[in-house]
Amino acid sequence: MSIITENSITKEVLKTTSFASKDVMLDLKDLKKVYPTPKGDYVVLENLNLQIKKEEFVTIIGHSGCGKTTMLSMIAGLNPISGGNISVLGKHIKGPGPDRGVIFQSPSLMPWMTSLQNVLLGVNQVFPHASKAQRNDIAKYYLQKVGLEDAFHKKASELSQGMQQRVGIARAFAIKPKVLLLDEPFGMLDSLTRGELQDILIEIWNKEKITAVMITHDVDEAIFLADRVVMMTSGPKAKIGDVLDINFQRPRTRKSVLEHDDYYAYRKHLIDFLEH
Amino acid sequence: MKASLTLGKVSNFLGLGIFTTLKDLFTGKLEKEDFKDFLRKSIVPLASILLFIGLWHLGAKSLYNREADFKIAKALKDQGQVAADALTACIASGESSCQPNTLPSPAQVWESFQSLLRDHNIISADKAAFIEKTAALNEKRIAAGKDAIVYTGRPSFVDQIFRSLQTVFAGFLLALLIAVPLGIFIGLSPTLKSSFNWFIQIFKPVSPVVWYLLVFMIVKTILIGSTNDSSFTISFISVGLCSMWATLVNTAMGVSSVDKDYINVAKVLKLGTFQKIFKVVLPSSLPLIFTGLKITLSVAWMVLIAIELLAQSPGLGLFVWEEFQNGANDSNAKIIVAMFAIGIIGFLLDRIMLSIQNWVSFDKQDAI
Repeated sequence: MSIITENSITKEVLKTTSFASKDVMLDLKDLKKVYPTPKGDYVVLENLNLQIKKEEFVTIIGHSGCGKTTMLSMIAGLNPISGGNISVLGKHIKGPGPDRGVIFQSPSLMPWMTSLQNVLLGVNQVFPHASKAQRNDIAKYYLQKVGLEDAFHKKASELSQGMQQRVGIARAFAIKPKVLLLDEPFGMLDSLTRGELQDILIEIWNKEKITAVMITHDVDEAIFLADRVVMMTSGPKAKIGDVLDINFQRPRTRKSVLEHDDYYAYRKHLIDFLEH
Repeated sequence: MKASLTLGKVSNFLGLGIFTTLKDLFTGKLEKEDFKDFLRKSIVPLASILLFIGLWHLGAKSLYNREADFKIAKALKDQGQVAADALTACIASGESSCQPNTLPSPAQVWESFQSLLRDHNIISADKAAFIEKTAALNEKRIAAGKDAIVYTGRPSFVDQIFRSLQTVFAGFLLALLIAVPLGIFIGLSPTLKSSFNWFIQIFKPVSPVVWYLLVFMIVKTILIGSTNDSSFTISFISVGLCSMWATLVNTAMGVSSVDKDYINVAKVLKLGTFQKIFKVVLPSSLPLIFTGLKITLSVAWMVLIAIELLAQSPGLGLFVWEEFQNGANDSNAKIIVAMFAIGIIGFLLDRIMLSIQNWVSFDKQDAI
């Protein structure tokens, strides 16, 4: 495969900035976020434009505090929008909703519930007309998918961090969202567990193909999981700095990705951007 | 096997792990490594109890001597040598009429405790006999539409304890029913919080005595014309109002400080208000609610004595007051017995609350 040159990447950016509207799942237009402070307004995000296609996996990297999490929580509807708009399948979003599932940085499970109850909390909400047995089946299916078939009835507080985040993944997929938002979901895990969970995540994702937006600090994770890596400029007034297409075939294995000729070029590109 | 398992479970449920350790010692289940632990958990507390009783005994003895010396010196000054000698002999003989009135010794308290138990046995036998005697008559009276004759004799010490427990539970239940729902509403709504805040801040520090008087004013008027004894009603309402503040404040704090992550999950899943409260907010604030309830129960038990005393409602408070007024020779010892009963029951109530908390709530608390 060819080594990517600076030139070809700029072309890619231009190419990917606008898609046919029928292919677009998530559309951020001129997004702006302002926090009023006693010293005047603090502009976190400005003129942020990003389109994400259906069945696309996009990772977002950028320096700490650049506004990645702010952007993601705005997409989730948990943080009000100061300007511009966000639409899912052409419809402007209004507040949070189960069409946008979130996997939080901390597992955010209810510690007093079992893992099954935690997943059911969402499933019951999204499939109110399904029978109890059907809803149980859905929850159990996704818990099996994340390898927790032996821990249905364990309290969330009794599970390790990694296991808890598995439940978080199961909970997010089980509500069958249109968009999956992941806010550094593996940031708190040790590197071995992180690798395991990346494999689990990508395995389920390959099956479900839910449009995903994931924030990460880890360059290798960003390349391994993504179809495109979006780089954000440092704040204030952060926006999209660069976009890198990752042209690896799916399904991928970690080995095939690491051994791919383009891998180090991609990696260098991202690191150059971050160190710039 | 089954019996020992039950004992272990019960003692652990009550937070009294010491019994399990003691049982293990006798059944030979204790390993050598556990011996240090056993020493720390059983022998050391036992030694400190003995030390306490020893110090108490010495202190009581010196107070007794001081009081006796003073009495003799006074007799010598006022009435001369003969009267003083007579008094010395009288005190030495143990005659109850001339004993110095001071802090009773552990032995005297133990003696009083046993006499109270004997008294209880006599009264319950008396009561049983009375009920048996009047059973036939009562049946006739009820058939004729008249009120049954009830036993109106003096309550024993044990009866007083149960009356006190009734009062405290009624008061605690009242506090729970008012404070928990109110706390939830206050915690959920910042508007309610600011409108109730002054109310809580002003009434929280009000003394039990004043609460009693306030409740008395209101209940007396409400129950005007009623012939029933309102002292129980007044005292349990006062106990409830005095003690509910800790639960109110803790519940409101727990509800308003639910982990933001949980709230975000509830928002993303679009849980309804009802589900949000019962599935997320309440379980997550249970530890704080229980902290409040534990304080409430211990405050309730503490103020109970003062309120029973004022309300003349039967119970330990009234018992203490009557013994103090009575001034009989063993009155002081009986007051100390009541003090220990109050302390031990308060301790047990706290342990029971802790066990309920560990059973219900997701965060496990250790006994202190």
